[in-house]
Order: sequence, then structure tokens, then C-alpha cells
Amino acid sequence: MLDSNTSRPQTLTEKLFTLARDGQPVHAGTFIEVSPDVVLGNDITTPVAMDVMKENGCYQVAVPDKVVIVPDHFTPNKDIASAEQAKRVRQFVNDQKIDKYFEVGTMGIEHCLLPEQGLVTAGDIIIGADSHTCTYGALGAFATGVGSTDMAAAMVDGLCWFRVPETIRVELQGRPQPYVSGKDIILHLIGLLGVDGAMYKALEFGGQGLRHLSMDDRFTMANMAVEAGAKNGVFEVDATTCDYLEGRSQRLPRCLYPDQGAVYSQVITLDLGDIPLTLACPSLPSNTKPIDQVGKVKVDQVVIGSCTNGRLSDLKAAAEVLQGKKVAPNTRVIIIPGTQQIYLEAIEAGYVQTFIKAGALVSTPTCGPCLGGHMGVLADGEVALATTNRNFVGRMGHVGSKVYLASPVVAAATAIAGFISSPSSPKEVDHG
Amino acid sequence: MGRAFVYGDHVDTDVIIPARYLNTQEVETLGRHCMEDIDPAFAGQVQPGDVIVAGHNFGYGSSREHAPMAIKACGISCVVAKSFSRIFYRNAFNIGLVIVESDQAVEGIQRGDQLNVDHKNGQIENETSGQTYTCKPVPDFMIAMARAGGRMAQLKAKRAIKLEEEACNDTRS
Repeated sequence: MLDSNTSRPQTLTEKLFTLARDGQPVHAGTFIEVSPDVVLGNDITTPVAMDVMKENGCYQVAVPDKVVIVPDHFTPNKDIASAEQAKRVRQFVNDQKIDKYFEVGTMGIEHCLLPEQGLVTAGDIIIGADSHTCTYGALGAFATGVGSTDMAAAMVDGLCWFRVPETIRVELQGRPQPYVSGKDIILHLIGLLGVDGAMYKALEFGGQGLRHLSMDDRFTMANMAVEAGAKNGVFEVDATTCDYLEGRSQRLPRCLYPDQGAVYSQVITLDLGDIPLTLACPSLPSNTKPIDQVGKVKVDQVVIGSCTNGRLSDLKAAAEVLQGKKVAPNTRVIIIPGTQQIYLEAIEAGYVQTFIKAGALVSTPTCGPCLGGHMGVLADGEVALATTNRNFVGRMGHVGSKVYLASPVVAAATAIAGFISSPSSPKEVDHG
Repeated sequence: MGRAFVYGDHVDTDVIIPARYLNTQEVETLGRHCMEDIDPAFAGQVQPGDVIVAGHNFGYGSSREHAPMAIKACGISCVVAKSFSRIFYRNAFNIGLVIVESDQAVEGIQRGDQLNVDHKNGQIENETSGQTYTCKPVPDFMIAMARAGGRMAQLKAKRAIKLEEEACNDTRS
């Protein structure tokens, strides 16, 4: 279906920018300025934005109702310097009358929290001073990560500039095999594309296979679009999206669809049924392998959580594998619910009891270990398997440590075995 | 003019400035730890004017503006790469760190070569080898922003014009 004033068919991302420009059509390659619906910052990136505003004599947020601040990286504060940072941010939100601030106790990992709270919705333009802001594309929004200066400029001026990206269409077909989740699908795709295969582009997901993907699967996939270099990952809206937004979205969702005949720079068809349980081996997210080709890798630490896989269905998947089992000796297992709400629901569903009885640690929400910040930093030579999004050199600690990325079920099976294991054939060892 | 520090593809923001230093925004501190996890000797050797030369996808990963801030703070005058990761590219322009793309430069330059980067004309002169390389053109939009002095300077100029217009309108009414 074409808009009457659109000269040629548009991709979903072109449609979203056209909506943001009150119907003035845009196409890939155009530079535009639009007013984002949401401007996000965290405890690491907001202080830099505050400095930029001060240095330039414009310490005044023009659009406080559009700003969301979530201190989640080094909170609860890991050291005095982080506490000072969080204190400055707290002062800023008070001074600037920013209501959408989530203090420890109500905060969660930003990209789990904003959708849960209905602060982002279909049709939105969202920028965040955090690279995984692209997560919200799962809802049929344009969402992308920016730096602190862009955050500052958008807070001061209410505007942000963009180059409308070309789009790679990812056509999903078939149905995933048991245990195969959004994490396996996106790792598989990053393996195909490489870490810069979608550079500056949009990844647009749609097709018949979409109906087999839960909202949490889609958040996981959109979240890691940036790992393929993409500007944004965006999903077509369907009944699953509408059910999720119903009664949650604080603004009216605006559901858009790509036009027939839209121009794509590339079309990739994925048969979901062909995708195996997939891991990214050190030290790039594109270094992917099916689990049965990874070999026997001993693991010192397992992390289940993050903006990629810290949602309730992730904890459920892990709990089902860990139910009645014990974590391997000498393997540290850290499980981090993405928000307080997810934490509470995981307690009520019995998952937290399962984890603790198995010998895992369950933490308050934090980004902590994912970026080697706190709550599970690795020593030289240590190996982690994590449900997080990056496995760069030194990402989770010492430059001599290594990180494997995988889904929650693989992480749970690995936690039991003490080495990388598949949940379908847990190579359990006798712990005596 | 400065010496080249040469790296490979996908130099990520975590090695440019590791997260353990993100509890500060002091540029001097960030500069002291720049490239620490990929080249521990870098911060001790770098001198004002030196140039980072790298392959594809430089600045891959996090949105942390601390990465271009650290590079700028330790005196690097320009980053030459085959390509830049998207957020790093924006951030560098926004804060006024000069970055240019050139495949032939990256392939021709060795560590320690003396370089003269003329980013305005898109030329890199390698004084050590005698070669000259051409940079890829920068979009007009980005050139205009760089000429204005970065994103915030551009915004301030726009606001000043707006205030002036408002003052004019007030006088007229």
C-alpha cells in the first residue's frame, strides 16, 4: 500500500522516517533532521552529555518529557567514582525535571525496562546514548544508538540528524527447531553477514516465519543488529507485537509496513528450521559455529542475563534446564533478571528457587558483567559463556580472558556440565 | 604531521577505552588509557600530531563517546581507516576529531611512517615512502557540520540565529 504522496515504494525504515516528517517522503541516502519520540541515556553516557551541554552554555533540556534516564551500567554503584557519576545524573534529572528516571529499586537494564514500561512503541523514532538502543526496533520502531553529544543536542534542541539508511531485508521462513531461539537466529545471521556486513544499513525482519518468534525472541534479535554493523534492526508489526503493546504502550502505536516493491540493497532468506543452536566463539560476534562444532571447552563462568537475554522467557528457558540439577563444581553461574518486574515474576514462577538450589547466584538488575564493569569480571585465562552480546578481547575483564556467546538454554546446560554443552544432549558429568 | 600507529580490522571501542575507565569523563585520564587493551605501549609513545591507521570497521561496538574523546585527548590528529563503525563515525564528527577513509593509504602505510594529512583536500602524504593517497569524499552534510565546529557549535549557531530572528520580530511588533 503506497502513501498518496510517496513517489516510490518504501522500506519500513523509510516509512518510519516519512511518518516522523509528517508524511514528507524520504528515501535511502537523504540527510534529514527529525524530532525523536524518546531520548535515552544511562549512568555512563549521560554525564558526558551533561558536560557537553555545560561547555556549550546550553544546560537546559527542552524536551524533559521525551527523555528517559536509566542508571544501569555501574549500578548499584561499584566504586566511589561510579557513585559520583550516579549522583551527578540524579542531580541533573532533578534540575531538569526529567520524570522518567529509574532509581535503584525500580530500575532495570534499560533495553529490558523501556519496552516493559510502555515507554517505546510502534512507529516511534528513538535515539539512545547506548549502542543497543536498536532493541526497540522489535516493536516496529526506528531505534538507534548514538553518542553523548547527539543525546545532548537532542535534549537541548529536540532534534537529531540522520542519513536514511539502505535496508537489508531478512525474510524469515519455516519454524525453529526445539531449543532454537532468537539468539541462535541472530548469531547465525551475524555469522553470515560479518560484523560489518550491515554497516550503516537497516536490517528489516519479516516473512512467514515471524509468527513463530515471541516478542522476547525479537527483542534479542533487534538488540544484536548493531553487532552486524547495522544502524537499526526493525520488525514488521503483527499480532504478537499488538498483544505485547496492548494495555502497556503509553502512546498510541502507529503500525507501518514496508511497501511491495521497496528497494533493498540485499535480501537474505533464512529458513528458521535449518538454524542450529549457535554460538559465537572468541573474539567477534561473527565468529559463529553450530554447537556441535565447538568442541569440549571448559568454562569458568556462565552469565545469563543482559539487554540481549535477561527477559522472563530467557529465565524460564534456563530454569527448565536447571530444574533439579546442580551447577558444576568450579563453575560460577551468575543470573541477572533484566528488570525488577522480571525478577519478581521469576520469584513467583519459582525460577529463582531453581537457580539458587542449583548453586547459581541471582543478582539485582545491572549491565555489570557484560561489559566487564562489575559483578563477574574475568581474570587472565578464564573462559565465560554468556548470553550477552559482545565477546571482544577483554570485554568481560582481563585481555587474556575469553567469552563465548550463546542462548539461555545453552548457558544453563553449560552451567550443569562445566563445559560448553547442548541442552538436548547434556553431557552430564558425575559430580560425586 | 605525525607518525603512524597501525592496527588491523574491527578495532573495537572496548580496546580503544576499556569499560573499567568509564567511571570518569576526565579526558586526560581517558587519554592515558587509550588503546590500552590492544597496544599497551601506545599511550606512552604517542605524541601530539600522530595518526592512527586501521583497517575496516574502526570503532566497532559501543556508543561510548569516551572512545573518540580518549583518542583526541592523547594528541592523535587524525584517524585513517578503510571504514568506520557507524556510531564512532558520528561521534568523531560531533566532537571534532578528524577521521578520513582511504583504502590505499591503509594498505600503503607502515607503522612509524611520517604522514601529512590534508583532510580538507582529501590527501594524505607519506613522507617516509614518498607516496600520496586520496581519501574518500565526505558527504556535504558532514563537511558543513565539521566546518561549523561540530554538532553543538552548529546547534549553538542555529539557536543564535533563531534568537536574533525573534528579537527582530519583537522589534517589528
